[in-house]
Amino acid sequence: MNSKTADRIATVVLVVIAAVIVSILVGLFAYILFNGLRYVSFDFLTSPSSNVRAGGGVRDQLFNSLYILVITMIISLPLGIGGGIFMAEYARPGKVTDIIRSCIEVLSSLPSIVIGMFGLLMFVNLTGWGYTILGGALALTVFNLPVLVRVSEDAIRTVPRELKEGSLALGITHWHTIKTVILPSAFPSILTGAILASGRVFGEAAALLFTAGLSTPRLNYLDWNPFSDRSPLNIFRPAETLAVHIWSVNTQGLIPDIEQVSNGASAVLILAVLIFNLLARWIGTLIHKKITATK
Amino acid sequence: MHEKHLPCFRKGVIFGMEEKTIPAKQRLLKSGKTGLGNEFRGKILVTLCAIIMIAVTISITIFLGVKGLQSFIKNGISLTEFLTSTDWNPTDKANPKFGVLPFIFGSFAVTFLSALVSAPLGIGAAIFMTEIAPSWGKKVIQPVIELLVGIPSVVYGFIGLTVLVPFIRDHIGGLGFSLLAGTVVLSIMILPTITSIATDAMSSLPKNLREGSYALGATRWQTIRKVLIPAALPTLLTAVILGMARAFGEALAVQMVIGNVKVIPSSLLDAAATLTTIITLNMGHTTYGSVENNTLWSMGLILLIMSFIFIILIRYVSSRRKM
Repeated sequence: MNSKTADRIATVVLVVIAAVIVSILVGLFAYILFNGLRYVSFDFLTSPSSNVRAGGGVRDQLFNSLYILVITMIISLPLGIGGGIFMAEYARPGKVTDIIRSCIEVLSSLPSIVIGMFGLLMFVNLTGWGYTILGGALALTVFNLPVLVRVSEDAIRTVPRELKEGSLALGITHWHTIKTVILPSAFPSILTGAILASGRVFGEAAALLFTAGLSTPRLNYLDWNPFSDRSPLNIFRPAETLAVHIWSVNTQGLIPDIEQVSNGASAVLILAVLIFNLLARWIGTLIHKKITATK
Repeated sequence: MHEKHLPCFRKGVIFGMEEKTIPAKQRLLKSGKTGLGNEFRGKILVTLCAIIMIAVTISITIFLGVKGLQSFIKNGISLTEFLTSTDWNPTDKANPKFGVLPFIFGSFAVTFLSALVSAPLGIGAAIFMTEIAPSWGKKVIQPVIELLVGIPSVVYGFIGLTVLVPFIRDHIGGLGFSLLAGTVVLSIMILPTITSIATDAMSSLPKNLREGSYALGATRWQTIRKVLIPAALPTLLTAVILGMARAFGEALAVQMVIGNVKVIPSSLLDAAATLTTIITLNMGHTTYGSVENNTLWSMGLILLIMSFIFIILIRYVSSRRKM
C-alpha cells in the first residue's frame, strides 16, 4: 500500500473515532434530557418520594444530595486546601513527601465502593451512628480529598514566583505571605476545581450506599432544629441521595413508575452536572478577568 | 492591667488598626513575636492536613485488611478454595461454598474488554485533537470529554439498563443482561480518563520530533505511528492502566446491566458478575459479622489490593520513561 493512501485511511479512521465520541456524548445528553425533562416538573421536585405508589417526586433526595454536598465541602475544603498548601509550600523533596504523594495517589485511585465499605466500617459500625448524613459526608471527604489537594497544589504552584518573592522581600513571614498573597491569587483555580469536584460528589452513589443509607425519614421542613429527628438539617439521620435513589428504584424498587422517576431524576442529575461545569468555567473566567484586568 | 492589654496590641497590629496609639518600639517587638507564632501555627495546621491524608490511607488499608482476612482466620475458609473454586453458595446451611473465581473472572473480563474497546478510541481521539485538528478539534472534544467525566455512574447504568439491555436482547440475542452490556457501559465510562491523559501525553511531546519527521518526508500517519506514539508510549500506557483501574472498581453501573449470576460466562452474551456487583448486592442484606458478610469484606480486600497493583504498574511504566 502506498504511504499516501495509508495516510488518508488513517486520517479518515481518526476523524471517524472523534465523530463517534462526540456523537456518543450528544446522544447520551439528548436522550437523558429529552426523556427526562418531560417528567421534571415543579411537582416532581417538590413532592416526597413514594415506596409503593406511582407519582412520587424527589424532593427529599434532592435536598439530601445538596445537603451532603455542602457538608462534604465544609469538611473537605479546609483539609484539601491545607494539604495543597503543605505540598506546594512546605514539603521538601524527601521520603515524607514521597509517602504523602503515594497516599494521595492511593486515595484517588480507590474504587468508590471500597471507600463506601471503609465508611461502613468506620463511620457506621465503629462509631455506632448507623446510617447518617455525617457518615456519608465523611466517606465522600475521603473520596474528594485527593482531588482537592491536587487542585490546590497545582493552583498554588502556578502563582508567579515574583509575587511570593516580592512579599517575602518586604519582610513578611512565609505563612502571612501564603495567607495574603498566594492564596488570593490561587483562589480562582481552586474555586474552579472545587466546583468541578462538587459535580463529582453530587453524582456519587457507591460510596453512599452503605454510609448514608437507602432511606430517608419523613422530613418536616418547618422544623429547623438540627437535633430533632425529623428535621432536614439533622446530620445524624439516614439520607438517600438522588443518585442512590436512581439506583435503588431500578434494582429494588416496587413503584410502578420506575422509568418516569429515574428518567426525571437522571435529567436532574445531568442538569446539575451541566450547571456545575458551566458555573466553574464562568466563575473562573470572571475572577480571572477581575484579578488580571484583562478583557 | 498591662497583661490584659497585650492581646489588644496584637490584634491592632495584625489588622492594621489602632496603629497610632502604639509606640513604634513596642509595635515592632510585638509584631515580630506574633508573626513567628502565626508562622508556627500555620505550618502545624497544614502539616496536620497532610498527616490526615497519610492516616486515612493507612487506616483504610489496616481496617479493610483486618476485616477482609477474618473469613480466612476466624471462619477458616481456605484461601486457595476462595480464590480458585467456582462454586459460590454461601447460603447453603449444610455445606456453604465460598469460591469467588467467577466474580474475579468477571471483573477481569469486563476490565480487559472495556480497555480493549476504549484504548484505541481514546488514543485515537487524542491524536485527532493534537495532530489532525488542533485548532477546532480541541475546542469540540475537550468539553465533550469533560462532560462525559461528569456524568454520574448511576446514570450510565440507568441508560444501559433502559437502552442497551433491551437493544442487545432484541437485536443480538441472549437476555440482554450480559458481559457485553457491562463492557459497553464501562468502555464509555473509562473513555474520558484515557482520552484526557493521552491528549496531555501527545501535546507535551516536543515539537521538533514532529518537524524532524516531516522534514524527512514522512506522511502524517507515518509520523504518528513511527515517531509520536513510540515517544508517548509510557504515558499512553499509564492512561490505559488508569482507565482499567477505574473499570475494575466501578460498581453500580455494571451491577445494573451485567445480570449478576454466579457462574463463569461462556460467551459475551451470557450474564456474569463482578466482585463489585456482588458486594453491592449482598452487603445490605447480610448480617454484619456473619460468614457470608465476611467473605464480602474479603472481596473488598481483593479490590484494594488490585488498586495497589494498578498503582505499582503505573509506577513501573512511568519509571521506564525517565531512562
